[in-house]
Amino acid sequence: MIHSLFLINSSGDIFLEKHWKSVVSRSVCDYFFEAQERATEAENVPPVIPTPHHYLLSVYRHKIFFVAVIQTEVPPLFVIEFLHRVVDTFQDYFGVCSEPVIKDNVVVVYEVLEEMLDNGFPLATESNILKELIKPPTILRTVVNTITGSTNVGDQLPTGQLSVVPWRRTGVKYTNNEAYFDVIEEIDAIIDKSGSTITAEIQGVIDACVKLTGMPDLTLSFMNPRLLDDVSFHPCVRFKRWESERILSFIPPDGNFRLLSYHVSAQNLVAIPVYVKHNISFRDSSSHGRFEITVGPKQTMGKTIEGVTVTSQMPKGVLNMSLTPSQGTHTFDPVTKMLSWDVGKINPQKLPSLKGTMSLQAGASKPDENPTINLQFKIQQLAISAQAPADDAHQSHAAIVQTHQGASRIALQRR
Amino acid sequence: MSSNSFSYNEQSGGGEATELGQEATSTISPSGAFGLFSSDLKKNEDLKQMLESNKDSAKLDAMKRIVGMIAKGKNASELFPAVVKNVASKNIEIKKLVYVYLVRYAEEQQDLALLSISTFQRALKDPNQLIRASALRVLSSIRVPIIVPIMMLAIKEASADLSPYVRKNAAHAIQKLYSLDPEQKEMLIEVIEKLLKDKSTLVAGSVVMAFEEVCPDRIDLIHKNYRKLCNLLVDVEEWGQVVIIHMLTRYARTQFVSPWKEGDELEDNGKNFYESDDDQKEKTDKRKKPYTMDPDHRLLIRNTKPLLQSRNAAVVMAVAQLYWHISPKSEAGIISKSLVRLLRSNREVQYIVLQNIATMSIQRKGMFEPYLKSFYVRSTDPTMIKTLKLEILTNLANEANISILLREFQTYVKSQDKQFAAATIQTIGRCATNILEVTDTCLNGLVCLLSNRDEIVVAESVVVIKKLLQMQPAQHGEIIKHMAKLLDSITVPVARASILWLIGENCERVPKIAPDVLRKMAKSFTSEDDLVKLQILNLGAKLYLTNSKQTKLLTQYILNLGKYDQNYDIRDRTRFIRQLIVPNEKSGALSKYAKKIFLAQKPAPLLESPFKDRDHFQLGTLSHTLNIKATGYLELSNWPEVAPDPSVRNVEVIELAKEWTPAGKAKQENSAKKLYSESEEEEDSSDSSSDSESESGSESVEQGESGEEGDSNEDSSEDSSSEQDSESERESGLENKRTAKRNSKAKGKSDSEDGEKENEKSKTSRSSNDESSSIEDSSSDSESESEPESESESRRVTKEKEKKTKQDRTPLTKDVSLLDLDDFNPVSTPVALPTPALSPSLMADLEGLNLSTSSSVISERKALHLKLGKK
Repeated sequence: MIHSLFLINSSGDIFLEKHWKSVVSRSVCDYFFEAQERATEAENVPPVIPTPHHYLLSVYRHKIFFVAVIQTEVPPLFVIEFLHRVVDTFQDYFGVCSEPVIKDNVVVVYEVLEEMLDNGFPLATESNILKELIKPPTILRTVVNTITGSTNVGDQLPTGQLSVVPWRRTGVKYTNNEAYFDVIEEIDAIIDKSGSTITAEIQGVIDACVKLTGMPDLTLSFMNPRLLDDVSFHPCVRFKRWESERILSFIPPDGNFRLLSYHVSAQNLVAIPVYVKHNISFRDSSSHGRFEITVGPKQTMGKTIEGVTVTSQMPKGVLNMSLTPSQGTHTFDPVTKMLSWDVGKINPQKLPSLKGTMSLQAGASKPDENPTINLQFKIQQLAISAQAPADDAHQSHAAIVQTHQGASRIALQRR
Repeated sequence: MSSNSFSYNEQSGGGEATELGQEATSTISPSGAFGLFSSDLKKNEDLKQMLESNKDSAKLDAMKRIVGMIAKGKNASELFPAVVKNVASKNIEIKKLVYVYLVRYAEEQQDLALLSISTFQRALKDPNQLIRASALRVLSSIRVPIIVPIMMLAIKEASADLSPYVRKNAAHAIQKLYSLDPEQKEMLIEVIEKLLKDKSTLVAGSVVMAFEEVCPDRIDLIHKNYRKLCNLLVDVEEWGQVVIIHMLTRYARTQFVSPWKEGDELEDNGKNFYESDDDQKEKTDKRKKPYTMDPDHRLLIRNTKPLLQSRNAAVVMAVAQLYWHISPKSEAGIISKSLVRLLRSNREVQYIVLQNIATMSIQRKGMFEPYLKSFYVRSTDPTMIKTLKLEILTNLANEANISILLREFQTYVKSQDKQFAAATIQTIGRCATNILEVTDTCLNGLVCLLSNRDEIVVAESVVVIKKLLQMQPAQHGEIIKHMAKLLDSITVPVARASILWLIGENCERVPKIAPDVLRKMAKSFTSEDDLVKLQILNLGAKLYLTNSKQTKLLTQYILNLGKYDQNYDIRDRTRFIRQLIVPNEKSGALSKYAKKIFLAQKPAPLLESPFKDRDHFQLGTLSHTLNIKATGYLELSNWPEVAPDPSVRNVEVIELAKEWTPAGKAKQENSAKKLYSESEEEEDSSDSSSDSESESGSESVEQGESGEEGDSNEDSSEDSSSEQDSESERESGLENKRTAKRNSKAKGKSDSEDGEKENEKSKTSRSSNDESSSIEDSSSDSESESEPESESESRRVTKEKEKKTKQDRTPLTKDVSLLDLDDFNPVSTPVALPTPALSPSLMADLEGLNLSTSSSVISERKALHLKLGKK
C-alpha cells in the first residue's frame, strides 16, 4: 500500500524519507513541488497528485507536508487517515510535531514508523502498543539508558496487540486512581450582515484522561442522550450497548484519548453567546475609510467569555489601518491584509471595541463588499448543546472521577 | 569544521559515545555542505570502527547515526559489511536498527545480505513471538530473489504458528514474496486459503489484504469464510476493516442479486433501518415484493452499520460506499449523516469525502438535501474545498431551496477569493439551466454582476450569460445591448470572445449595434487575443451574410488583416471564410448555403457537473478521486441476474472440525493453563473469576451450538429470558455492582493470560454476543460487561451439561446469555461450534467454584457499591 513517506518542510526540503518497499527515488517529489507551486498556498495543494508511475497523497500539518507515495489503487482516505495518525503519534511521543523535533529524534521516529507499517500496511497504530514497543524519549530515560545500557525498545510483544482490547496494556498501576473528562464543544456559525444566523452547527468531543489501575470497565450515561444522534467513538466503546441503551460502556485506554465526538446538526437552533457590532465604511471619494467593531456577550448564562480573538481579511485596497482598541492588542499585516485583534476577556460593563481609520489605495475604487469577520472565543463551563454527562458510574474502582465541564470554543463568521 | 569533528571523534572513547552520537548527527549536514568527499569517507571509517568495537553503546551510537543518514537520504551502503555483522547482536535496539538498515540496502548488496539469513532462520524458531515475527518481517522484506524458497518455507511455517501476531506477519510476508517473485502465486494462494480460515481478528485484515493483492479474482476462497468475516468485522482493527469491507463489497456484487428495484426511490430515507430487522421483514412480506434479500447479504449490511460510528474516516467511507453499492436504495440514506460528520475533519479528509458526496448527490439528491446547510462555504475553507462544496450545492438545488441558495451564492460572489467567485457564477448558470423557474432571476442577477468592479467576475458572468441566452433564444435584446457596451471595458479574452459570438448569433435582433461593434473590433483587431480574433472573423462573416450593405467593406478589411496574421489558425479561418462568403467564380455550391452554415440553430451547451461521469468508479477509491483508472483498480461487477448458489457459504461442521486441529490443540493447552491460573486466582480473590467464566462459557455453548441444535436451543433461551426478566428486575440493583466487580477481575486475568489462546476464539461471533448481551442489559445490566472474556474463554468450556448446572443456580448468580431473537437472524447461526469434550475434572472444578461463589460475592457487594458522582 504505502510505498514511501517523505517529510517536506515549508521551504521545500525533504528532511526525512522512509521506504517500506523498494526505494522510491526522492525525485518523485518534484511532481509534488510542481503542484505546490501551482497552488500558491500550502492549504490548496491537492491531497492527491497523480504522477506517471506513482500517486502522491499528502497531508499538511504543523507546517510539514507528509507525502506518502503509493503505486496501486488504495482508498485515499485510508492513506490520509494513516498519515494523520502518524502525526498524532509524533505529537504523542514528542509533545510537539515540528521539523527540529523530528530531526532530533530521528532514530525514534524511524523505529516508530517501522512498527507502524509493514510492507505499507498498518501494523500497530495504537499509541499504547507503540509505546510499549518503543518507549518515548524522556530526559530521565535517556540518563538511565546511558548509565545502565538499557534501550528504548521493548523486547516483548505488547500485551495489547493480542487481546481484544488492543488499546489498553495490562498491568497498569496507579496509586491515585482518577479519571477526567473534558467536554469541549465548538460552534461553527455563519452570521449575515444583519446579525441573523444562517447556519450553525455544534461539534463536540469528550476527551478523557483516565488513570486507573487494572482493567476498569466504565459506563457513562448522559442526561439528554437524544441530542447525541450523530456520534463517532473510540474503538473501545461498545456500539451495541450504545444503540440499545444510550449508555457508553467501555474499557478505556490508559492515559489521554478522545472518547467520542459528536455533531449536533444545524437544524437545532443554537443560541450564539456573543455578538459583533460593526461599522465599516469605505468612501468612494476619499482615501480613507472608517472602521469600528464592538464585541459583546449575549446569553452566556453568567459565564465569562474568554480568549476572544477577532480576525478579518481586509480587501486588497486597504493600505494600512490606524486603530485603537479599548482593550487587548491588534495587528494589521499590510502584505496579507490580515487584521487580527486579540481581545481577551469580555467585560460586560465595558464592551471591547476597536475603532479607527483605514487608509485606502488612492484612486482605486472602493471595495464593494464588507470583509468577513472571524470571531473565536472560549467559554469555560458551558456546553452549548446543553449536553451534560449525567452520571459517571465507575464500576470497578474506588476512584476520583471529576468531570471538567468543558470549554466551548466557537468560531463565528460574520459577513 | 569536519576535520575538527573527526579528530574529536577519534579521541573519544566509548564513554563519551552518547555525546558523540549527538554531536555527530548534528554535524553531518554541515560537513556535507562542505562537500569534502574524503571527509565523508573518513567519517564512515570512524563508524566502521565503532561498529567493530566491543561495546554495545558504541555500536548503538554508530547505528543511530547510520539510521540518521538513511533518514536524510544519504547513501550509507558502503557500511554494509560492517553493519551486517551485528545482525546477531544481543542488544535488541541494535538489532532493530540493523534490521532497518538491512531492509533498506539488502536489495543493493544481495550477496552480503545472504550472510544474515541464517540468523533470521534461527530467530524464526525463537520462543519469543515478537522475535519470530520481526525475523519474518525482515527476512521477507529483504528483496533478494535467491532466498525465495527460504521465504516460502518460513511463510508456510509462520502461517501455522500458534501466535496470531506471527500469523499476521506471515500474511504480510505473502504480499512481499508475491511482489518479489510472482511465480510463487499458486503456493501463496494455498497459504492465503489457510489463513483465511483463521479465526483471529488480528489476522483477518492482513490476510484479506494479501488476498486482494495476490488473487483478487479467486472469489471462491471467500465463500466459506464470508459469514465469519462478516461477524468478526466489528472486532478487526480499523485498517483491516477498510480492506475487508472493500473486498466484501466486490464479493456481494458477484454473489447476490440486485436489491434495487426500478422506481424504488428514496421515499423513506433510511427510516426502515432504524426499525428492527423483524419489522422490516414483515414490511417486505406485506408489500409482497418478489425480491427477498439473501440472508447473507443482509448480514453484511447489518454488521457493517455500527462501523459508521468509527472514529476512522476511512472506515466510515468504506461503509458508506458499501451501502451505496450493495444496500437497497431505501437504506442507503443512513450514510449521509455520517459522511456529513466527517466534514468537520481535516482538510484532506474533507476533500475526499466531498468528492464522494458530489458523485452521490448527482444520483440521489434526496440523500443529502437535509444537510444542505452543512455544505455552506466558510471563508476559512481552502479554495478546493469551496469549489467542491459549490458543486454539491448545485447538485442539491431544486425548486424548493433555490431561493435560499441563490441568496447564499450572492455572498459567495462577493468573496475575495476570485477564483471561487468565478466558480460561483458558473454555479448560478448551472442552477439557472437546471431549474427553469429561476432562469430569469438568475439571468437578471448575472446582468447585475456585469456592473461589478472586478473584471474576473464580469468576465465569468459574460461567459455564463452567453450560455444561458443560447438556451433561451427568446428576446434578450436589452441584455445583448448591455453587453455590447461592456466590450469597451472588458479585457478578459474569453469574455470578449463570448460577447462577440453572442452579437454575431443575434445580429438580426440588434441590427443597429452589430455593425458598430464590428467597426470597433476592426480597429483593434491586431491587438486582440487569438480567441477574440477568431470571433471577430465569425462576427464579420455573419454580418456579411445578413447585412452585407453596411458591413461588406468592414468584413473585407478584417479578412485582409486576418490573412496576414501570425497565427496559422487565424489565417486558415480567414481563407476558409473568404472562400465561403465572398462570391467569386470559383466558389462552389457551398457558398449558397453559407448563411445556413454560419447561422444554423446551435444546440445549447449542457452545463454539466464534472462529477457526472465518475459514478462508474467504485466510491471511496483512488480511481474515483482522480477520475482515472488507477493501477490495480478492481472493477465492481454488475449484479448477477440470478444469484449463484448461496449454499457455498454454508460451513459444514465436520469439515471445520478437521481443519481445526491446530486450533484444537491450542485449546487444550489453554484450558490446562487456565485451570492452573484459576487455582491461583482462587487463593487471593476468592471465586469470582471462575464464576463468570463458567457463565460465559455456557453462553457460548448456546450460541455456538445453535447451528446444530437449531430451534430447540433458541426456544430454551427464549424461555429463560422471559424468566430472567422478572428475576433480574428484582435483582438488578445488586447484580449490577457485583457482576461488575467480578467481571473486571476476570477480565484482568484473562487479559494477562491472553497469549495465543485469545484468538482461537470459538465460533461465537462478537456481534451475536454483543447482541445478546445488549438485550440482557436492558433488563438487568449484568451480563454486558462480560463480552471480552466470554469470547476468550468460551472455547474452553463447552458442554451442554454444564449449562444445566448453571441454569439450576441461575437465580442467584446471573443470566444465561440469551439469543437475541429479535435481532438474531438465522444467518449468523449456521456457524457452528464443534464441541470438544470437556474433561470431567474440569467440570467438577467449575461446579464447585460456582456453588461457592454466590455467598461471598454478595457480601462484597456493598463495599463495591460505588456510585461515583458526576461533577
